Amino acid sequence: MTAPVPATTTAPADFEFHRPADTAEALRLLAQRPETVPIAGGTDLMVAVNYRHTRPAAMLDLTGLAELRQWTDEGASIRIGAGVPYARIVAELATVLPSLAAASRTVGSPQIRNRGTLGGNLATASPAGDGHPPLLATGACVEIASLEGTRTVDAADFYTGPKRSVLEPGELVTAVTVPKAAGPQQFLKVGTRNAMVIAVCSLAVSLDLDRRRLGTGIGSAGPTPLRAPEAEQIDLPWAAPSRLDDALLIEFGRRVAAAARPIDDVRSTAEYRRHALAVCAARALRRVWTAAHERSA
Amino acid sequence: MRVTMRVDGADTAADIDRPGESLLATLRDRLALTGTKNACEQGECGSCTVLLDGDPVCACLVATAQCEGREVRTVVGAVPRAVRDAFLTCGAVQCGFCTPGLLVTVADLLEREADPSDLRIREALAGNLCRCTGYEKIIEAVHVAAAASVSGAEEARATDATAWPEAATTPAVDAPAPDSVAPSAAAPPATERTGDARPSAGEPQ
Ligand SMILES: Cc1cc2nc3c(=O)[nH]c(=O)nc-3n(C[C@H](O)[C@H](O)[C@H](O)COP(=O)(O)OP(=O)(O)OC[C@H]3O[C@@H](n4cnc5c(N)ncnc54)[C@H](O)[C@@H]3O)c2cc1C
Ligand code: FES
Ligand code: FES
Repeated sequence: MTAPVPATTTAPADFEFHRPADTAEALRLLAQRPETVPIAGGTDLMVAVNYRHTRPAAMLDLTGLAELRQWTDEGASIRIGAGVPYARIVAELATVLPSLAAASRTVGSPQIRNRGTLGGNLATASPAGDGHPPLLATGACVEIASLEGTRTVDAADFYTGPKRSVLEPGELVTAVTVPKAAGPQQFLKVGTRNAMVIAVCSLAVSLDLDRRRLGTGIGSAGPTPLRAPEAEQIDLPWAAPSRLDDALLIEFGRRVAAAARPIDDVRSTAEYRRHALAVCAARALRRVWTAAHERSA
Repeated sequence: MRVTMRVDGADTAADIDRPGESLLATLRDRLALTGTKNACEQGECGSCTVLLDGDPVCACLVATAQCEGREVRTVVGAVPRAVRDAFLTCGAVQCGFCTPGLLVTVADLLEREADPSDLRIREALAGNLCRCTGYEKIIEAVHVAAAASVSGAEEARATDATAWPEAATTPAVDAPAPDSVAPSAAAPPATERTGDARPSAGEPQ
């Protein structure tokens, strides 16, 4: 992989590795030299470095920034620092953010979840990233900081293309604010194994009982993670919950599949992705609906 | 750039020459600590699993420069005797290439959960691939190690690499790509560091 290392290393080459003490210092360093590559868990970046797809001359470690590694309860929502690893989202936030925790639990392996972060998932902006569908379905916001200040972007407006986002050089994702669950949520992921799988497709569905609203987020079936707005508008039998029948579930599945813009690739065909999404959508809606009405019964 | 960290209980310094050098490369190629194996360098196989400040991570995905002042424990310093003994008695080791990573992961699992169910074991070990055993014996070994640890028979942490039975410590030293990992009980102990110690790992898949 990498070049042989001399048996005795004497003069270290000229390179930069920064370990800023706080976010302000990190932003200052990034502004001075925007090509500096931030590293959080390294689970995306280090693969590229090891395989020499990229050779950063300067890196900046985010794992020492205490502000990025904590989450706070903001009342109606949870503000998750961009550097909180998935393992902690699973262990600490499963009750308040069930679909994000479920999605986090499917990421890679325990080793990957101990390092990988939502900030890295967002910055990479892979359409297959598992963090994205729950953020879309719950209407989460991404907090982005630079020397100029802080801006907040709806998750739905964050992604601009395959592995592209609104993130500009010199900016860091500092946090994600996710509304607390106001009803049952589901995250379903299709793949060849229950671990270490890049999704063939994935779907998050959240039911908001207070606002009588459905949220959706589709992964790995389009150039970006997507919502399914028409599926969210489906007429649910709120007054008579037992009237949620197969026809309605199938229609919901049809609308979710129609919102996807999948391609054929090594993991799947577009046709299979649409089919699987329709099945997952019907299943997810049945589950959240049943859970909601069992609970209130 | 000099990075200082604690490795298996010892204060250790390494001079790295690029910001993206992985902890795995530093351990193996600069510090000659070849207990930690390299089989993919992309986080898929778990052969390089070490404990970083107590959590199992893939050493190939950690930048060494991120480890300043941190604690790293490898197969040498992280594994109670009960765990390695269980792997040997259960036949959970064949070529042995996955073994160091599995031992670290299992040690961590049993530290957190004294008597895990099969389901928990499978989830905890999902990031450690083994091409030989079919996993059944590994899962059995976890149960045996759990029973042994619970009975308190043997709790001493092994800190001395030489305490390993020879054949189990020295699988295919610096083996190349995962495809060609071969059983190699006869491989020499990996104690010396040479200029060409780098494995020629596989291409991206
Ligand atoms: C074996 C393996 C399995 C995987 N499985 C999955 C999976 O199942 N699902 C999934 O979604 N992903 C998976 N991944 C991908 C990866 O783990 C995730 O995308 C993870 O969220 C990346 O986070 P990180 O902190 O490790 O990012 P890093 O690798 O540290 O960084 C990734 C990129 O984001 C930038 N960056 C990081 N943090 C910030 C920030 N706060 N602000 C601005 N830029 C930032 C970095 O500069 C870099 O360009 C897997 C990876 C591996 C190696
Ligand atoms: S070598 Fe690190 S996971 Fe395979
Ligand atoms: S014994 Fe596990 S890979 Fe050979």
